[in-house]
Amino acid sequence: MQHTISVMVENEFGVLSRVASLFSGRGFNIDSLSVAPTNEEGLSRMTIVTRGDDKVLEQINKQLNKLIDVLKVIDFTDGSGIEREMALIKVTAEDESRAEVLRIVDIFRAKIIDVTPKSYTIEATGNPLKIDAILDLLRPLGLKELVRTGSVTIGRGAKGWKG
Amino acid sequence: MKMNGARIMLECLKKEGVDTVFGYPGGTVINIYDELFSFKEIRHILPRHEQAGTHAADGYARATGKVGVAIATSGPGATNTVTAIATAYMDSIPMVIVTGQVPTALIGNDAFQEVDIIGITRPCTKHSFLIRDVKDIATIMKKAFYIARTGRPGPVLVDFPKDIQVAMGEFSYPDSVEIRSYKPTVEGHPRQVEKACKMILEAHKPVLYVGGGVVLGDASEQLTVLARKLGIPVTTTLMGLGSFPGDDPLSLGMLGMHGAYCANMAMTHSDLIIAVGSRFDDRVTGKLATFAPHAKIIHIDVDPTSIKKNVRVDLPIVGDVKDVLAQMIKFTDKMKDKTVEFAAAMEPWHEDISAWKDKHPISYKSSTTTIKPQFVIQKLRELCDENAIISTDVGQHQMWTAQFFKFNSPRTLLTSGGLGTMGYGLPAAMGAQAAFPGRQVITICGDGGVQMNIQEMATLVQNKLPVKIVILNNNFLGMVRQWQELFFDKRYSQTCMELPIDYIKLADAYGAKGFLATKPDEVEKVIKQGFAEKGPVIMEFKIAREEKVLPMVPAGASLNEMVLNA
Repeated sequence: MQHTISVMVENEFGVLSRVASLFSGRGFNIDSLSVAPTNEEGLSRMTIVTRGDDKVLEQINKQLNKLIDVLKVIDFTDGSGIEREMALIKVTAEDESRAEVLRIVDIFRAKIIDVTPKSYTIEATGNPLKIDAILDLLRPLGLKELVRTGSVTIGRGAKGWKG
Repeated sequence: MKMNGARIMLECLKKEGVDTVFGYPGGTVINIYDELFSFKEIRHILPRHEQAGTHAADGYARATGKVGVAIATSGPGATNTVTAIATAYMDSIPMVIVTGQVPTALIGNDAFQEVDIIGITRPCTKHSFLIRDVKDIATIMKKAFYIARTGRPGPVLVDFPKDIQVAMGEFSYPDSVEIRSYKPTVEGHPRQVEKACKMILEAHKPVLYVGGGVVLGDASEQLTVLARKLGIPVTTTLMGLGSFPGDDPLSLGMLGMHGAYCANMAMTHSDLIIAVGSRFDDRVTGKLATFAPHAKIIHIDVDPTSIKKNVRVDLPIVGDVKDVLAQMIKFTDKMKDKTVEFAAAMEPWHEDISAWKDKHPISYKSSTTTIKPQFVIQKLRELCDENAIISTDVGQHQMWTAQFFKFNSPRTLLTSGGLGTMGYGLPAAMGAQAAFPGRQVITICGDGGVQMNIQEMATLVQNKLPVKIVILNNNFLGMVRQWQELFFDKRYSQTCMELPIDYIKLADAYGAKGFLATKPDEVEKVIKQGFAEKGPVIMEFKIAREEKVLPMVPAGASLNEMVLNA
C-alpha cells in the first residue's frame, strides 16, 4: 500500500543522503521524494511517497525517527493530508492535435507555459492521480518530455504540524 | 586563550574524561599528533593497524562502559577503521572515531589520501560530523560524545579537515548539549510497566530472554534481583552473557543456534517471553514462523526500531532497561500475595526445565589422547582470576567459550556478536588491558582469526599490556569447516590452514613468551605457566581437529530442531 510521509529534518550537511541511504540500505522503496526548506530557519521538509505493509511502514517510521537529524515524522496515509504534485509536460502539437491539447489543458485547469509551432509545454498541478489522468490523455498525441516534482503533502484542518 | 584546532580537539577529549586513545598518525592528523606530543593528560596507544586500534577502543568501551576513542588519518587510515566501526555499531558500543580529512578546499577534488569517510560509514555509524569551522569543534565533540553514549549507544565519527586543525580559535567547552531532534526515551511508561508485571504474574511458563542491552545499560543487578525474586528462568544471548550469573540455578545459559537445549526448549514451550535489551536476531530465533509459538511477548528496549522488527510483540516498553527493571521490582513488591501464587503455579514449569537440563546438558566427549577445546575452556575458567576479562574472536572457539565458560558478571566477555568480526579478539583484549592494567585479560582465539590482527603482539609488548592469548589451533577455519562437514558433504573448500605456524617462535619474535600444549595432560601446566608470566603470552593448544560445536540449530530450522550429536 502506498503511503505519503512528511519528514521534518535539520538542514544539516548530508541529511538527504542519510534519509536516502536508510531507504536503500534497508530495502524500503521510494516512489517519490521532494525536499525544500520550510518557513522555520534550519528546518527542511521532505515528502516521501513509499509503499509497504503495516510492518514495513512501522519500521520506516521508526527508522526515520532514529536518525539524529530527524525532528518529526508524519504519516498521511489515512487521508489526513492534502496532496499535490506539479508536472511540466512537453507534447507534440501540430495541425489537428493543437486544439485537442488545448481542450485537455482546459479540462484539467492546466496552463500552457511555452509554445512553438510544433509543441506546447504544459504546467499541470493536482493530486498525483490527476497528473496520471492528464498524461494518459496526452500520451497518444505525442509526449516528448515529462518532469514531475513528486508529491508534497500538508495536513488538513487548522492545526500546523506542531499541533 | 587562543589555540589551534588540533589542541582544541585534545582539550575536548580531556573535558570528556578521556584518558586513553588508540590512534595511528598520518598526513592529515599530523597536527593532532604534534599537539599530543606535549599533552600529557591523554595516554596514546599506537596499534600496528587502524582496524586494531579501533577494535581496541571498542574493547576499552565494552570493558569500562565509557566511550572509546580512536584516531586515524584520512583515506586508507579511515577506511581501515570501517570494519571496527561496523563491529561496534552492530553491538551498540559507544565510541568516537576522529578521522583526519584533507583541507576543506580540497574536499571533493580526489586529493591525495582523500576518501568520503562520512559517506562510507553512514550505514554503520549512529551519527557523523564533518567539522567545517574551528568555532564548531567543541560543540561537535560535545554532541558526538553525548550521542555515542545515550539512548542506544553507538559509534560516532568526526571527520576533521587538516586546515581546521591548524586554524586558531578560542576553546570553551559547552556544559550541556541540546539536540532538539534527538531525545531518546529513557523512562519506561509506568502504565506499560504495570501491564507487563500483571502479564508476568498471570503467566505459568515465563522466560526472561536477555541481551546485550542489559550489559550496556548496567542493569545486571536489577535483572538478577527481579529474576530471583519472581523465580523466572533466564536465558541470555551471546551479548547478554554475564548479565545474569551463569552458575545460578535459574540460568538456562545461552539460547539460539548454538544455545543450550533447555534454553531453546524453554523458548519453544513458554507462554510468556520477557525480552530485555535483546533484538530477536536470526541466530536467536531460528525459523521465525515457528518461533515461540505459544508465547506472548513483552519487549523492553531503549531503541523503538528493535521492537516488532522481527517478531510480533504483545507489549512493547520503550525505555532504558535499568529504569524499566527497577520499576518492575518496585511494582511487584506491592503485589506480594500475587507473587507467592505465581511462584507456586510455576512449579511444573521448573520441573520441565530441569528435565530438559538433565536430558541434554551442554557437554562433550572427553579424551585422554587429544585436547578437547571445551576442556581447555573449562580449565581456563577454573584457573583464571574471578574478575578476569575474556575476549574472543569469531568462530567455534567463540561458541565453546559462550557454552563452557560460565560468565558470572557483566563486562567480562568482549565478543563481536552482531557483525561476527574475525580478528576482533586480540585488539579488543588490548583495549581492555589498557583500561585495567591490573586485571587478568585473556583472549580466546582460533588459529584463523588470531592471524587477522596478529601484528598487535608488537603493541602489547611495547605498551606492557600483559594480555594472555589463547589459541585453540585446529589448523582449520573450524566453523565453516563444520558447516561444510554437515551441509556440504565434507567438501572442505579453502578451510584448511595448511601451513602450520610456529606460534612459540612467533611470540619470541615479538619479544613475548609462548607455550604449547599438544596433549590433554599438558593443558593445565601451560595455562599455569602462561598466567604466571608478567608480560603478554601466547598459549597454543593443538586441539581435536574435527571437533564440532554442538548442539546446533541448522540455519532456517526451528529452535527445537536441534542437532544434538553428529
